[in-house]
Amino acid sequence: MNLTNCLILSFILLSIGILGVITRRNVIGILLSIEIMLNAANINFIAFARFSAHDSTAGAIFPVFVMAVSACEMAVALAIIIAMYRNKGHLDSRRLGELHG
Amino acid sequence: MADFALPYSFVIALLPLGAFLLIGLWVGRVSRGLTMVITLALPGASLLLALALAWSFFTTVLAHPELYPNRTLIAAEAAWLNFTPQLTGSLGVYLDPISVMMIVVITAIALMVNIYSVGYMRDDPGFGRFFALLNLFSFSMLGLVMSPNLLQMFVFWELVGVSSYALIGFWYQKPSAVAASKKAFIVTRFADAFFLVGIIALAFLAESFDFLTLNGGETAARLSHPVQLLGLEFNQLAVVGLLIFAGGWGKSAMFPLHIWLPDAMEGPTPVSSIIHSATMVVAGVFLAARMLPLFAASEVVLEVVRAVGVFTALFAAAIAVVQTDIKRILAFSTLSQLGYMMFSLGAVQLSGAAYGHEGLNPLGYSASMFHIFTHAFFKCLLFLGAGAVIHAVHSNEVEAMGGLRRAMPWTYWSLLAACLAIAGIPPLSGFWSKDAILLAAYQSGHVWTFSIGLLVGGLTAFYMFRFFFLIFHGPVPAERGVVHEDGWMTLPIVALAIPSVVAGYLCKDFFSAYFLIPLPLESSHLAHPVWLPVAAGAMGSAGLALAWVFYGRGDLALARRMLHRLALLHQLLVHKFYIDEGYLFLTRTVIFSGIAAPIKWFDRHIVDGAMNGVAMILQAGALLVRRVQNGQMTIYLGGTVLGIFFLYLFGRLPL
Repeated sequence: MNLTNCLILSFILLSIGILGVITRRNVIGILLSIEIMLNAANINFIAFARFSAHDSTAGAIFPVFVMAVSACEMAVALAIIIAMYRNKGHLDSRRLGELHG
Repeated sequence: MADFALPYSFVIALLPLGAFLLIGLWVGRVSRGLTMVITLALPGASLLLALALAWSFFTTVLAHPELYPNRTLIAAEAAWLNFTPQLTGSLGVYLDPISVMMIVVITAIALMVNIYSVGYMRDDPGFGRFFALLNLFSFSMLGLVMSPNLLQMFVFWELVGVSSYALIGFWYQKPSAVAASKKAFIVTRFADAFFLVGIIALAFLAESFDFLTLNGGETAARLSHPVQLLGLEFNQLAVVGLLIFAGGWGKSAMFPLHIWLPDAMEGPTPVSSIIHSATMVVAGVFLAARMLPLFAASEVVLEVVRAVGVFTALFAAAIAVVQTDIKRILAFSTLSQLGYMMFSLGAVQLSGAAYGHEGLNPLGYSASMFHIFTHAFFKCLLFLGAGAVIHAVHSNEVEAMGGLRRAMPWTYWSLLAACLAIAGIPPLSGFWSKDAILLAAYQSGHVWTFSIGLLVGGLTAFYMFRFFFLIFHGPVPAERGVVHEDGWMTLPIVALAIPSVVAGYLCKDFFSAYFLIPLPLESSHLAHPVWLPVAAGAMGSAGLALAWVFYGRGDLALARRMLHRLALLHQLLVHKFYIDEGYLFLTRTVIFSGIAAPIKWFDRHIVDGAMNGVAMILQAGALLVRRVQNGQMTIYLGGTVLGIFFLYLFGRLPL
């Protein structure tokens, strides 16, 4: 277990997340992919705090913040998705283009 | 009487302006009666003031030659435009014999035409508009003759042009009237462009607009040196002088810019009357007279003035002989008389005399001004009479006339006086002024000019009495209705007959005594042959007699036979020497299709095409780029990732 292994894991997670956002058509799937990318970032924080920082506190606390914010975000996003589903009857992101310029 | 009129002389011009504003902005739309009152009262007051001004001018300026050696008085002056410390354009009133004479003539003619128009325009829906414009016209002309400098003169010069444009095209429903007004405006504007160039050049070289400075000897000496233009060598003074004169050339309708004047007959007859007698066309002669001391320093300019004048006099008189529209006969007669005035100014220069101010004959100048004075009255009368006739028979053509003597006795006798005056039959007014002009030409030794002038005198008598006999004598056409004279119209006609008869005899000594070129000249004692007035009178009488033989006896058979024999010449004259056709060829074929059309093609296809091409490329590109922004998050994110990937690939990211 060293920094390189952790970064590789984080890179894999980020790539999965980006691939998910790009390829998924379901909005919930996109949301899940975003969560995966956030977790990749969290792993980075923890790994750098554990292996290379003099004072590991900040690196350990930051993922907690991220998790708290992403929980809120998830709640709001799910609420929007439910409302959207009720209005449109589907969650296909390709058909949700009303706001483009 | 005190000289109170001198400092307030500008009011003379402001009164018609007031009438224009009042009628044009308000009264004209409200009440015909009130319009009538204003249009008679304000020009009437203006005429009274002008007469008072003339008297004051006589008693103060002319009576004291020791105080006013140039017989000139700047009665009012206000700085207007300061171009540079040396060069100031001011507004003011410049009084000298010719401007005072013009002020009196303009106000008198304007009042007569106003009175007449009340009758003539009675049933016209544009009653108010007509009088507003008529007053603007006389205001412009008054401002022009009062100008103390070229700048103010140019402003009023253009105002005269604009108001004549509006009046010639007064009946704007008629396409021919619109075309005529455009023609008048464009032709005079064409000449005015040269005039403006001349003013700018003169102001630049002499550093002044003021006539007093420009006409002083220093300006002439300063300007008179050779310059290079287009690789040729010219005298600078001659070039500037000709440019200035070009303005008068167009305004006074000298050949070959005369084409607008006959067409200007499309306007209402009172307008023709005022254009031909007191405003507009004499402006050109007035300009030439005003600048004559400067012109006189260059023999070329006077040469041109004389040549153009004498040619126009002969040319127009020849055309007038065969015209059948009575207003056109009068129009060409005006052209011919303007030619007289012009060549008289040119005849100031002694033939073969030394270059410069020495060899000058002041008679040409005073004779020209004298002719403006007398011509204004009888030409105005002729037009008003012609208008009355047209009003009565509802046609401009001589065929519709004939035998009107019984039906219109007042008009008959007044027109007889006017025709005798313009024909130069002694002792009516035209005889004296024409005699003075011929004498000036003879004294200065211009044999050709003199002979042509004498010949044109005979032609004038012939065509004027052809006009007269065809209208009033001969058989009455069968289909004519009841003809009567209108009181409003007859009054000015009869009133103008008086000066037409007596003005020449009464004023001849006055003009030769006071209307001298403002130059320090010795009154040259030149020959005054006794036979000259006799010859002039005889020439006029001969023309009259010839007209009687052909047209006066009520039998046109002889005239028809003559026309038949001279058919070719007749055709040439009827078509006015094909000058209009020549201009049409020049504009339509040469300029429009030869020059304008290729330029238009170049502009449409090359200049505009390049611009449109750029716009089209941009629009097509925009259509392509717009596809990218389709609102799909995934595309955007994919693009971002690809971008980062490429940046990484090309080593632009610090990884």
